[in-house]
Amino acid sequence: MLASFIIVFREVLEAGLIVGIVLAATAEIPRRAPYLWGGVLAGLAGAGLVAAGLGALSTAFAGNGQDVFNAAILSFAVVMLGWHSAWMARHGREMAAQMRDMGAEVVAGERTMLAMAVVIAIAILREGSEVALFLYGIATAARLGAAALIGGGALGVAAGGAVSWTLYRGLLAIPVKRLFGVTSALIALLAAGMAGQAAALLANDDYIPALGYQLWNTSWLLSTGSIAGKAAEALLGYSDRPMGVQLLAWAVTLATLLALSHRASRPRRVS
Amino acid sequence: MAQRIFLRRAALGLLAALPALPALADPQTLVLASHHFTPDHIEVPAGQRFKLLVTSHDDTPDEFESPDLRVEKIVMPGQTISVMAGPLSPGTYKFYDDYHPETANGLVEAK
Repeated sequence: MLASFIIVFREVLEAGLIVGIVLAATAEIPRRAPYLWGGVLAGLAGAGLVAAGLGALSTAFAGNGQDVFNAAILSFAVVMLGWHSAWMARHGREMAAQMRDMGAEVVAGERTMLAMAVVIAIAILREGSEVALFLYGIATAARLGAAALIGGGALGVAAGGAVSWTLYRGLLAIPVKRLFGVTSALIALLAAGMAGQAAALLANDDYIPALGYQLWNTSWLLSTGSIAGKAAEALLGYSDRPMGVQLLAWAVTLATLLALSHRASRPRRVS
Repeated sequence: MAQRIFLRRAALGLLAALPALPALADPQTLVLASHHFTPDHIEVPAGQRFKLLVTSHDDTPDEFESPDLRVEKIVMPGQTISVMAGPLSPGTYKFYDDYHPETANGLVEAK
């Protein structure tokens, strides 16, 4: 029961931290609920589809299908987060003040919500497919104690969800004036981490140069095998043994998204 | 501008860190059956890239995982996946099936 709790908790936490940040970053956007729920449902459906098709996926791309697929959806999520940052760069400042009543702005808000719904769906799809296969294994093995394992899994979902919800509520406690800056930085880190992971996956299969397979090793300090390490990986793009190309992708993505949100926070010149 | 120069310097530094790649040794095969690895202890040359093939004879999905080797890959029943890893410093590195970590685990020893 404890083992299944830990596995499910870890996967739900990884997806949930991303969802929590997206929730906080979109807090000021009106009419967001249908997009958020749409993203969650699409992610759950996608997780089921990926789990069902995983055998075929594994053999694609000369046996690298899983890595290529993960790199592709991570890259897509990075683009969506970049789109959100670019949009916030143009509308972020006005939003808290007066956007709620302006029809055109609401339409623009719905466009960035679509991007963020995609990010939510991808986060849930990635971790959800692993949970689905794990639970499927328990269900088909029909061993003694399957009920306890499923119970552990359900507790894992609840606990992972609770931590993510706490992150979201905690971020909302930040004063509105500063919330935009904080969530922009968190979104930039999230995107940087995803870009780094995508680059590392492709480099490990020799699609792109690794530029050094292991720049350093900080697993003695914080191992990505631990829950804290996994959380740091999901939130900040932490890696205990980063590849060169991973660090490069992380840094370039972080600089790009921070530059976008910096442009947003600068006061506009009146001409 | 300063940022761009910094990034370019960082990129050049990383290129300089690129090691020469020796030829890849023949892949070693691990078999998962009854949620155990056979063999559960393999040796690889230190300082070189290597390839593992992981075949599952289990009747439920497994996940070959190792933070030490930077691998996380699902193995469906009856399938064989390939895993690239290394170069490793001399030492021992754990791997396990994340869905059955208590029984299915083993060590890679880099010499």
